[in-house]
Amino acid sequence: MATVKTAVPRRLVGLASLRAVSTSSVGTFPKQVKIVEVGPRDGLQNEKNIVPTPVKIKLIDMLSEAGLPVIEATSFVSPKWVPQMADHAEVLKGIQRFPGINYPVLTPNLKGFQTAVAKKLYSLGCYEISLGDTIGVGTPGVMKDMLSAVMHEVPVSALAVHCHDTYGQALANTLMALQMGVSVVDSSVAGLGGCPYAQGASGNLATEDLVYMLAGLGIHTGVNLQKLLEAGAFICQALNRKTSSKVAQATCKL
Amino acid sequence: MGNMPSAVKHCLSYQQLLREHLWIGDSVAGALDSAQESPQLSGLPEYVKIVEVGPRDGLQNEKVIVPTDVKIEFINQLSQTGLSVIEVTSFVSSRWVPQVAAGATEISVFGAASESFSKKNINCSIEESMEKFEEVVKSAKHMGVPARGYVSCALGCPYEGNITPQKVTEVSKRLYGMGCYEISLGDTIGVGTPGSMKRMLESVMKEIPPGAIAVHCHDTYGQALANILTALQMGINVVDSAVSGLGGCPYAKGASGNVATEDLIYMLNGLGLNTGVNLYKVMQAGDFICKAVNKTTNSKVAQASFNA
Repeated sequence: MATVKTAVPRRLVGLASLRAVSTSSVGTFPKQVKIVEVGPRDGLQNEKNIVPTPVKIKLIDMLSEAGLPVIEATSFVSPKWVPQMADHAEVLKGIQRFPGINYPVLTPNLKGFQTAVAKKLYSLGCYEISLGDTIGVGTPGVMKDMLSAVMHEVPVSALAVHCHDTYGQALANTLMALQMGVSVVDSSVAGLGGCPYAQGASGNLATEDLVYMLAGLGIHTGVNLQKLLEAGAFICQALNRKTSSKVAQATCKL
Repeated sequence: MGNMPSAVKHCLSYQQLLREHLWIGDSVAGALDSAQESPQLSGLPEYVKIVEVGPRDGLQNEKVIVPTDVKIEFINQLSQTGLSVIEVTSFVSSRWVPQVAAGATEISVFGAASESFSKKNINCSIEESMEKFEEVVKSAKHMGVPARGYVSCALGCPYEGNITPQKVTEVSKRLYGMGCYEISLGDTIGVGTPGSMKRMLESVMKEIPPGAIAVHCHDTYGQALANILTALQMGINVVDSAVSGLGGCPYAKGASGNVATEDLIYMLNGLGLNTGVNLYKVMQAGDFICKAVNKTTNSKVAQASFNA
């Protein structure tokens, strides 16, 4: 279930043997959670319809307006394999860079990396590891065991979780991760991006639903839910698809 | 599918993956080492009773009226799954005698933690409703018919907004005191989050033993499983759900309603908790009723499995 994202060398892959170890208390939460918005990259990459560059740029700008601290903007990959990301250079050029917001890009190979990132950053190594439940099969117990093992090798402050909602488990798994001390969570506005491994299945955790839970828990995210909902509505209209966010569905005025 | 990565074509067939890890209730889904069972999450109950509310709560909130023979077939299918409690139907009148005469072996009474909701939903104040329920429950007890108490708006009200844990406790205590064997605390509009669930349960559990408490979470804001997990961690071991997540939310058009039984079982199986329920058979029942009411399932597990 736990797959360390090898596609993103900026995020370090460092994991020895997996040992299930029980941790101490469950029930306390971090005061603050950083949400890594992967909709524009992970989300769009797994959507059937190709989205024009200006729409991608507008989506990212709207997400910036919503206050998301990290927005995965695009991916430097060959357009032959991932046509949705063919406009990566124009997207990066076109978006507004809000102060205080990071716009990481996926760089699966050295060629892409050299195109996208300065040498200086490379020498520093990866600052964060995002642990992805790629096919969404995980459940809270397995999440706990996996994190216990990883936390032996990597400090929890350098860990993020990237849960897919293919079996509806994403939020429960994320909750477990938070209880273990993880304070960085990947999610995708409107739950963009289906699961390419199971046709018809859902994919990413919807950012709106995540923000709703964190707000209810009194955990600070810096994200404006209303503006986030607007960004979600915008991209769903552009993609001609319904949102996968339950919060969006509930607040939608039909 | 122009956007499909080529690696997908070479991966394990999805159905094979599911068969290996998920359909067998005794193996933990997604365990890293399939030979080693994942140790049970500490603090969780060993057994969880699922109360299937699809045929009543679910169908009640569906637009399409379902013919009686379809309802019967649906319930029969659910009976084959291992579910130990299936909420069959509803007699809405306050006169309960016909229910028992018709063969009911258990009854339910529906209270609310909100005055406004109580007045709008059952046309009387909380106090008035409790007096009526007291008559019903005591008579039922006299006849050996157990009664289950429901408390609506346990985590929020569509009219009043925030509901205090103290109010929920007061109503629950009243229902328990009059003889209800179990109190199902309902997040009627699905606004609750793990924090509010925890605070509410902490309050109620001061007056009612955890063994007599159930949670009935709606998934209107996608919070149901996270809220249920929180309840389990606090020692609650009875959970209401509806196959296919039947029943929208009447208070928010377009919103989802009940948590899907399939998704709940998936989580409980993964946690190594015993439910006695066969997930695959529940999915078949879900598929049957969705075709009958002509709607797509709200269960993510069903969506992931049937289309693969």
